[in-house]
Amino acid sequence: MSVDSAVVRRIAHLSRIAVEDAEVERLRGELNAILAFVEELNAVDVSGVEPLTSVLPMNMKKRADVVNDGGIADAVLANAPEREDHFFVVPKVIE
Amino acid sequence: MSEPTHLTLAQARDALKARTLSASELTQAHVDAIERAGELNCFITKTPELALKAAKESDSRIARGEAGPLEGLPLGIKDLYCTGGVRTTAASRILDDFTPPYESTVSGNLFRDGAVMLGKLNLDEFAMGSSNETSAFGPVISPWRRKGANGIDSAKIVPGGSSGGSSSAVAARLCLGATATDTGGSIRQPAAFTGTVGIKPTYGRCSRWGIVAFASSLDQAGPITRTVRDAAIMLRSMAGHDPKDTTSVDAPVPDYEASIGASVKGKRIGIPKEYRLDGLSPEIAALWDQGVAWLKDAGAEIVEISLPHTRYALPAYYIIAPAEASSNLARYDGVRYGLREKGRDITDMYEKTRAKGFGAEVRRRVMIGTYVLSAGYYDAYYVRAQKIRSLIKRDFDLAFAAGVDAVLTPATPSPAFALGEKGSTDPVEMYLNDVFTVTVNMAGLPGLALPAGLSGNGLPLALQLIGRPFDEETLFALASAIEQAAPKINPPDPWWRDGATRP
Repeated sequence: MSVDSAVVRRIAHLSRIAVEDAEVERLRGELNAILAFVEELNAVDVSGVEPLTSVLPMNMKKRADVVNDGGIADAVLANAPEREDHFFVVPKVIE
Repeated sequence: MSEPTHLTLAQARDALKARTLSASELTQAHVDAIERAGELNCFITKTPELALKAAKESDSRIARGEAGPLEGLPLGIKDLYCTGGVRTTAASRILDDFTPPYESTVSGNLFRDGAVMLGKLNLDEFAMGSSNETSAFGPVISPWRRKGANGIDSAKIVPGGSSGGSSSAVAARLCLGATATDTGGSIRQPAAFTGTVGIKPTYGRCSRWGIVAFASSLDQAGPITRTVRDAAIMLRSMAGHDPKDTTSVDAPVPDYEASIGASVKGKRIGIPKEYRLDGLSPEIAALWDQGVAWLKDAGAEIVEISLPHTRYALPAYYIIAPAEASSNLARYDGVRYGLREKGRDITDMYEKTRAKGFGAEVRRRVMIGTYVLSAGYYDAYYVRAQKIRSLIKRDFDLAFAAGVDAVLTPATPSPAFALGEKGSTDPVEMYLNDVFTVTVNMAGLPGLALPAGLSGNGLPLALQLIGRPFDEETLFALASAIEQAAPKINPPDPWWRDGATRP
């Protein structure tokens, strides 16, 4: 499988990464080089094989369903590029 | 006594314990060495004041008889580990001036045991790279240089990646040891390139909490040091259960140092025939044969094994790792921390922020990951790669079930190369560096790289040992047997001290 420039633009948008028109052709080449590299996986017979989701035979550990942290709004907001009181500020999303 | 910076971590520990050296003297010697090594660009952030203050506190704890296992030992911390109150960048512009209000569990474990932090070490951006050339803070230079027919070649050599700041700083004697992380080879390949020792422990051995995530099912923390013993000492402090990481394993941490020098008589060592790649350099093949001979001399039994899915590990990795990365890196959106670029609306703000904040390799991997996870391609790429991952793990399971205690392979297909020499036109050329290491992450196993010789052009070459899950002790025993047998490699000449230091 290989991608064309329309697909490159679509992937970039899904990735929320702006691309300049001039970059599209180069990206198309690079992405296709990687896709060509992974092509050989199609040669493997995977029928009846379960996908590996965890390398360790372990059950998800669960903790008690209680509040164990919090009350640190200042610390949470300390690195925000824009904040107001205890809120993150973003460009307007509702007209 | 030689310069304090030339002590091994174990020697420095013993000198502090014997009070023949103080933590403040030891730390000052490293601070001075770092000041003179600006040309290597190992550090993104230096913290000499914090280090000297911590060393002073270590000296008083030593005086009071309250010393921890790593008391007063100066280390470098890869800048992928969040450090409380100290800027953490992941070598990316997108994190900007991010200063974590919390400490990663693993760095916290080291400080609990008395270690002193010298600063934050450079790396490939978000740990994506094999040469440290993708860092937004410039490439790291290896202290090693090639020898040519006309003497030393001044071409700048890469320290490997992604933990290139860690490997270069340890090799150049700027710190006694360093933390690193390994997703596809990022501890072992830089260790191999710089004549240092690196271990990626079993997945789950170290907590990933507070380490900037790349590919969560593959990432593990580990140390880079100058000796096998030093790696054992550091890993013991780094490892352990952490309730904040559900994949961290609740099992006691052994005293790994006790495995140093332990007998390896009767250990069965698997030699996987699939690692003898077409076109494997004769130099690497000879090194591997030499490693086999050393282990045989130490009493180990050598058996040929087959890991038939080896060749599929790297392509499967380049689906799984970018897929997980695209998901993990979704958090960098310019809202809660890091860089923000202004946009017409919120989507435009996200897109501009991420375009400016991520470097070319990171953008490429996020896009590949997004593609293989997108509707219509998920089964063909991602699920297929996960199935192949099962087969790769099964290869190792079968070998271990047949009685193999560890596997011996080369660590890298070549010695280090010069800056700009690889991957500039085809990203896959750079990816091939990890061909011997990536299987280990896919199977979640422990892997250790250690120096075993020099190439014809005078650069370090390394072997890799792969172990059963949670059997790091056997790796340390085998590695120390190889270390004993291998020719001693002299440290590189400190050519970088001649140049003017950069501020």
